[in-house]
Formats: sequence, structure tokens, C-alpha cells
Amino acid sequence: MSEEINEKLLREIIRQVITETKATDKKVDFNGNQASSSAATATATKRAPGTDAPLQLDWFKHVGPAKKGTSTDEVVVAVLPGFAEHMTENLKGIKHKDILREVTAGIEEQGLKARVIKVYRTADVSFAGSEGDQYSGSGVSVAIQSKGTSIIHQKDLEPLSNLELFPQAPVIDLKTYRAIGANAARYAKGESPTPVPTVNDQMARVKYQAKSALMHIKETKYVVTGKGPDEIEVNFD
Amino acid sequence: MKRQKRFEELEKRPVHEDGFVDEWPEEGFVAMDGPYDPKPSVKIENGEIVELDGKKKEDFDLIDVFIAKHAINLDTTEKVLAMDSQKIANMLCDPNVTRDKIIPITTGFTPAKAAEVISQLNFVEMMMATQKMRPRKTPATQGHVTNIRDNPVLIAADAADAALRGFPEQETTTAVARYAPMNAISIMVGAQTGRPGVLTQCSVEEAEELSLGMRGFTAYAETISVYGTEQVFTDGDDTPWSKGFLASCYASRGLKMRFTSGSGSEVMMGYAEKKSMLYLEARCIFITKGCGVQGLQNGAVSCIGIPGAVPSGIREVLGENLLCMAMDIECASGNDQAFSHSDIRRTERLLGQFLAGTDYISSGYSSVPNYDNTFAGSNMDATDYDDYYAMQRDLKVNGGLVPVKEADIIKARNKAAKALQAVFKSLDLPEITDEEVEAATYAFTSKDMPERNMVEDMKAAQDLMDRGVTGVDVIKGLYAGGFTDVAQAVLNLLQQRIAGDFLQTSAIFDKDWNVISAVNNTNDYNGPGTGYHIDDELWEKIKDVPMAINPADV
Repeated sequence: MSEEINEKLLREIIRQVITETKATDKKVDFNGNQASSSAATATATKRAPGTDAPLQLDWFKHVGPAKKGTSTDEVVVAVLPGFAEHMTENLKGIKHKDILREVTAGIEEQGLKARVIKVYRTADVSFAGSEGDQYSGSGVSVAIQSKGTSIIHQKDLEPLSNLELFPQAPVIDLKTYRAIGANAARYAKGESPTPVPTVNDQMARVKYQAKSALMHIKETKYVVTGKGPDEIEVNFD
Repeated sequence: MKRQKRFEELEKRPVHEDGFVDEWPEEGFVAMDGPYDPKPSVKIENGEIVELDGKKKEDFDLIDVFIAKHAINLDTTEKVLAMDSQKIANMLCDPNVTRDKIIPITTGFTPAKAAEVISQLNFVEMMMATQKMRPRKTPATQGHVTNIRDNPVLIAADAADAALRGFPEQETTTAVARYAPMNAISIMVGAQTGRPGVLTQCSVEEAEELSLGMRGFTAYAETISVYGTEQVFTDGDDTPWSKGFLASCYASRGLKMRFTSGSGSEVMMGYAEKKSMLYLEARCIFITKGCGVQGLQNGAVSCIGIPGAVPSGIREVLGENLLCMAMDIECASGNDQAFSHSDIRRTERLLGQFLAGTDYISSGYSSVPNYDNTFAGSNMDATDYDDYYAMQRDLKVNGGLVPVKEADIIKARNKAAKALQAVFKSLDLPEITDEEVEAATYAFTSKDMPERNMVEDMKAAQDLMDRGVTGVDVIKGLYAGGFTDVAQAVLNLLQQRIAGDFLQTSAIFDKDWNVISAVNNTNDYNGPGTGYHIDDELWEKIKDVPMAINPADV
């Protein structure tokens, strides 16, 4: 009998906690909609979106909203909002087209399929990787920022964790981009590849940090809150 | 144009490789006194702040709400805001006004008032204020211990080396994230071998980092990041409340922790809301205060290239360190990232914190050559040690390091590598060979190390977590391997978490496990002849640089 009472009591406590949590959630509104919905705050935090029209590209075409993949032999390559259509090369001047060609070639040389999507809801490489792996049939994704920073992500990882992270865009060459694609494919096949060798240039930050900030600021202008990714058809011929 | 030859020569100087940017306040490229920064103001109704820095309560964003509720002393703030900012700035650098007279004022600041006061000070005045406002009387510095191959044997040897040189806190991270538990164990074993009482941490993803601490692989944490604008905060799926919750998780396990912020991060992430770096950093310092966290790593940190690129940026960086300390928070003051191609500018970057002294002048100094620094390089590295010793000796300054004898370093490195070899054996991790121990003892960088099977190491690291290995298993391994003194040191470190005394502001341990903190080592600077002084024993050590000629030998 006491067990039954305890269960009732427990349910009641849980119900109360949930109610309280909900109440607290209302107070801590992310849009600052506290007590009154304030348009002033919204405009202060939301920047004017980038107004330049996206470049119309033969090799990089939108074919509708991205679908979640089911085949385990694919790796999703998630590019960020400014990629290819608003900026065309990375921090070091490597063409986005060449970067994407190498990453997808790296995946394909391992016998897997590469599927490209464009992410809109974030300019952060980790969160883009985390969104990409939700769409990937294998659960593995590569995300690439316009400035070139890249990550290999897998869907059971925390958003800010990673399988491999390449934080220093200025030291990533095309060979490394290809190796990133190849390693992502090997993770997707369930292998444990040796990580792509880390290159460390302590002067890269000194030289490129300010430019990197400028490129990232530009990337954030094309973020569309709440918009799901688009499927991209690429053609490198 | 026909080139003038001196201009051509100047362009070849290293400083021309650095990044400089003109001010652009609309995107936050302005160090301090930004044209869009709010003016200080506060209004209290019914015991609640209803106006903060020109903003009405209904217009508060997430950060304003948090600061208004948790970070401002309601009893004093209206009085403090009515005080002249220049007068408060004067008190900050006046040696006759002691630290305990200042704290009641600074804790009544609003973020805009704090930024306004700091902006009154020139660089030397900031240094005067820093020497007084540092919470712990004795200055110190923190070291990085990493390598780009995540070689555990080398981490252990390097940690012992760094411990001997005087770093009371050491930080590692990974080149590949999955190595985290192995790196954490390696730095802990190495540091306790070098000098019992050194605190070690492993900077990784926040959930993983907490898990390492709870298992007893680390003694403190530092890279819990807070930001000055709502958008940057929420982009990281975080709020001030979630960071406060994380902070309390550490406290409940007896683990020391501090937050990390630093000017330039909001610009880097693209959402600076037109505010100056100092104003946004002030908000971060207030969030830290509001969370009840004892310390903060700031001073631009990994975003140093941003304030470093704009006018008055390095002055702003010292200003944000000063504000942190003036708010009675432990300050690990940056100087931890490659900053300039120019040796002259590198020294410039260091000088404010080095001469005035902070809780940790660098956070950290790269105790390994920058080639192996997986934090992407520090302002000073292992190849700068002798310059650093010379600066301490020339100026009679305690920069937190002491010269060492080569024979002592060799002995400590070798013992640490062997101790880790014993731990790996007992935990059934991939073997550490005698050849690796020898190489780590004498290595300059990871290039000198034999290749390890990284795939096997990573599998073993994951397995370590899956098996539920804890710090106690590390102690057992050390004991079984005959390293009873190191076993005792790691045991002491875990025991300290039960006592929790090292959770006090600015706490470090001496070699006998005595806590040295702002509580028992309070900064009492009150003009010449007071405050911190280098004692005779330490001065003998600082004087004894290896390159000095003994006149008796001539």
C-alpha cells in the first residue's frame, strides 16, 4: 500500500516540478519577450539580413528542401549560409568550388556517396555539423564554413564535440580537404581511421584573425532563423 | 612612385605581418568608448532594478535580466552611479586607497559604469590599479602542456618540467578530441611527479570536461565560456542560467572552476550589437559575478587578434583584466595566444600583466615549444624561458617562474614518464615502451618521439571511460608501480576536493598542500613597502640564471 501512495506522491511531485519548470521557461524568453513583447529588443539583436542576391551558379543548384537520408553509405557535406553564393573563396583564397570538389572526391574515393546541403539556421561550424549529421543516412557529416573552417561530426556527439576539427582555416590545403572527406567516409563505414594530421601554425591567427572575423560577420548575415537546409546538386564537370 | 629605401626596409619588419584594422563601431571593431555604448544608469523600484544603463526593464535582453537580478549590489548601486567616474578611477590607482575600500564601490557598478570608469585610466594607471586590485597577494602564472600528436608520455614529462619551473596551474587540451581522458591523466601524473600540489585541467567540450573532473582526472576547469551579447550566447545553446548551473556542478564535486570570456569574441562570432569590446566584456564579468563563480579567464584570450588589431586595443585588454580583479574575481589574464610576429609587440602585450602582477599573468604560457601548442600557440613559449628569467632578474619582478637546473629537469621528466608507464600498465592501456620514456626525457618537441598507434590509443581512451576508471585507479597504478610518493600526491589532490578549501578565490597550493588564496593571502598593497614583496629565498632563485658568470670563476 505504501508503495502505491509513494507512486502517487511521486507523480504529484513530478507534475508540480514540470509545472514550475514551464513557468520558469516563460520567464526566461530568448527573444526578451518578458512581460511585454519588445520590438526594440528584437531589432537590436537581429541584424539586417544580407541584401545581395545569391550568385546563380551552374555547379551549385538548389533542388528543394533537404531530406533526411536513409542509406547508410552516404556522408552529408553541410556548407554554411554564405558558401559559394555570397562568398566564393576561403580565408586563404582557395575557391569554394575546389574545396567542395576535393571533399566530395575524398568521400567517393572511399566508395561512399556525398550529398551536399546548405544549412541556414547557424553560422557556427559545430552546430552546422550537428545539423548535417541529422540528415546523413550514415550519421556522419562534414561541415564547411565560407572562411574554410571544417569539422567532421557524428550524430551521437554533443553539438560542440567532434570526430575531427580543423579550426585553423589558413593551414588547410586542398589535399587536406580531400583527406577530411576520406576520413569522414571511413567513419561512416564504421572504421577508425588515423585522424588527418594536425597542422599547427601559431602565426596563422595573428595574421588572419581580423580577416576571419570580417568573413564570419558576413556569413552571419545570411543566417535565416528557423529555416531548414536546402538540398544542393553539385556538378564539377 | 619611386620607393624611399627606408620605407622599403621597414616593410620587411615582422610587425608588417600582423593584422591591423581600422575602427568599425557598427560591427564592434572598437576597443573602448564606443559611440553606441550606453550611458550608465540604474533605477530601483520595490527592490528590483527597473532600469539598467538606459534600458527599461521591458526592453531588457537575457543578459540584462540576469545581471539586474544577480550581479549588482542593490544597496549601493544608486549611490555608486551618482559618484563621478573620474573620482572612482582616481581611487583605483591611488596607493593610499586600499583594496577593501574599493570593492564596495565596484560591486555597485552597472556594466556601463564599469566601462566608463576603466576608460578614464591610461595604461600606467591601469598597472598601478592592477597591482593593488589583484585578489591574491602573491602573483603566479599558468602553463599550457600539449603536443600535436597527443603523445601521453611527452605530456607527462612536459608537465613535470613545467611544475619544476613554477607553474601552479597547468592546462592541457587535445589535438583529437577523443584523446581527452588520456591527456588529462598524463598531465595530472606528470605534474604531481614534478611538484605535488599543482592543479591540472583538460580543456575540452563542456560535458566531457565535467565528466573528466567528476572521475578525478582533473582538479579544475576554466573553459566555461560566457559572452557579452544574447545572440552569441544562445548560438552556443546556452544562457547565463545554464552556465551558472554548470558552475554549481563543479562546486558540488569540490572542483575549482573559473569562467572564460574576453573581448573580441562577440566580433569573432559576428554579433557585437555595435558595442565596444570593453562594454561587452564588462557584461561578461558581471555574468561571472552573478553566477557566484570565483574566477574568470579574460584579456581577449583566443580572440586577441581582434582587440590587437584596433587602436588602444592592448590598453583595453589590461582594462578588462583590471575590471575583473576590481570586481573581486580571480583573474587569469590572457597572454595565452600567439599575438604578434614582432618580438617587440609580444613583449608589449605581456608587460602590463607581468609588471603589475595578476593571479595568473598568462593563462597560459606555453611550457612547450609553440610548434606543439594545440591552443594554436601562446604569446610566450618554452624557447622564451631564458628571456623571461632575465626580465624577472633585471626588474626584480615575480613573473611566476624560476630558473631550473638541467639535471633536475632530466630527472623529473624521466620519473614522470616512468610513472605514467606504470599507470598505463596497470590500467591495461597501450604499452609505453622504455624507448618512449627515454625519448620523452630528452625531447624538444613531439618530433623527437617514436610514433604511437593513435587508433589504439583512442580506442583505449574510450574504453577507459566505458570501464568507469577513476582517479583512484590511477593512484593504485602508481602505487603498484612503486611510485608511492606520486600516488600520495594524487591521493592528496582527490582528498582536497572533499575539504574544498581550494574553491576560495584565487586559490593555488604550495608543495605542502597549503592553500594560498585571496582569503589567507589578501592583497594589502598600500604604497611603497607594502603588499607583495619577493622574499629572500625566491630572490636567490630568480637571480640564479644559468647564463650568469660567477665572478669567483674568473
